[in-house]
Amino acid sequence: MSPVKTPLVKLSAIRKSFGPVEVLKGVDMAVEEGQVVAMIGRSGSGKSTLLRSINGLERIDGGVIEVDGECVDPGQIDLRALRQKVGMVFQQFNLFPHLTAGENVMLALKVVKKQDKAATRAAAESALAKVGLGHKFDAYPSQLSGGQQQRVAIARSLAMAPKVLLCDEITSALDPELVAEVLGVVRKLAEEGMTLILVTHEMRFAREVCDRLVFMHGGRIAEQGPPAELFDRPSTPELAQFIGMVEAR
Amino acid sequence: MAYSFDFSSLLDYTPVLVDGVATTVGLTAVSTVLGVALGVGGAAARTSTVKPLAVVVGAYVELIRNTPFLVQLFFIFFGLPSLGIRLAEWQAAVLAMVVNLGAYSTEIIRAGIEATPKGQIEAGASLGMTGPQIFRYVVLGPAMAKIWPALTSQIVIVMLGSSVCSQIAAEELSFAANFIQSRNFRPFEVYFLATALYLALAVALRWIFSLMGQRMFAKGVSRA
Repeated sequence: MSPVKTPLVKLSAIRKSFGPVEVLKGVDMAVEEGQVVAMIGRSGSGKSTLLRSINGLERIDGGVIEVDGECVDPGQIDLRALRQKVGMVFQQFNLFPHLTAGENVMLALKVVKKQDKAATRAAAESALAKVGLGHKFDAYPSQLSGGQQQRVAIARSLAMAPKVLLCDEITSALDPELVAEVLGVVRKLAEEGMTLILVTHEMRFAREVCDRLVFMHGGRIAEQGPPAELFDRPSTPELAQFIGMVEAR
Repeated sequence: MAYSFDFSSLLDYTPVLVDGVATTVGLTAVSTVLGVALGVGGAAARTSTVKPLAVVVGAYVELIRNTPFLVQLFFIFFGLPSLGIRLAEWQAAVLAMVVNLGAYSTEIIRAGIEATPKGQIEAGASLGMTGPQIFRYVVLGPAMAKIWPALTSQIVIVMLGSSVCSQIAAEELSFAANFIQSRNFRPFEVYFLATALYLALAVALRWIFSLMGQRMFAKGVSRA
């Protein structure tokens, strides 16, 4: 390993506007391999937009995104190389409803990675087993609970062997009793050294699992650091207020 | 009532009727396959980000949906020869039906495509799939499942509308009926039978499409 560690994900001066509203006002951020980073902040602070720009779902207006050597700037049209290195899990699961759990996982392996049938099947089985759903290979999304659907969605991303996994409020659409099973999977991934960037409202989880917390406010990173430090000694009034709000719930 | 019914006089014309039914079925089958294929392509184009393509297909759809089928048919059969394009009756009939169904099914399938939740397209994109791959593997199946009943109705309409093709002497069922009643002067019996045959064809067509729909889409989607 080289003495100077280059970050796996590097965001430089990211800008993004929706019409006249500037939601990202020049964000710099670096995530090293194996790090687990949670982005927190009020709704409208730009955290989801920032996360979605890392795999090009939001087209940035300025700045550069670098993921494992793949560079993306605002002019970029073809984002497939980037997207093969960046997995994403969504709030609403977004499974393909006409495909079984297994087929959901196999689709991109087949059409994007062009793997043969046997390899695809084996990869899908092992990915589903990893999220504890090896026995649901032939179940359709409509036959699964929300928590199970989200775990299939995680397996679908993992099967593509991404360098980093983005999680966009992946427990927000779940019934409270189903949150733990999904967070359990994420916790396991973190322990195995997967690089994770999460947008989350699960503060306790963020505190326990994450290496670093990024607090966004008004389209900028207002504060970042180890979770314990941020929670116990917030240095901006905005973060102090946000923590107060969250803990009051 | 002075009129005495005599259906037995139709028996002599059985071969003509059978030919007529076969031609109607053939015209419908060919134009359904080609018309729906055209509709899938048209819907893909209309929902694509390539603006000129979407505009051209939009113009085609509006042109066809706002003009009568009979005029479209006459234009193809009587008008195109002026440009040196001469088509046989059945060719003109098929072309008119394909062009017509293509326009209507473009609109129907487009509605199904636009009902796809945006998140599913984003999921496909974030897995590294290309636009065409997302269309084929993620969007098209559920879209077709959603609009299958509407598409079935449109195909029935096109099948029934094929009776208009008798006007250019395409020898389908209505042409056969016209021919028979001009010989035996028994319009009630002839058109009664033709009506019954069209009804039977329409019911059969709906049944076949319903079965196809169950086979293709019963999984996951309909229960979702």
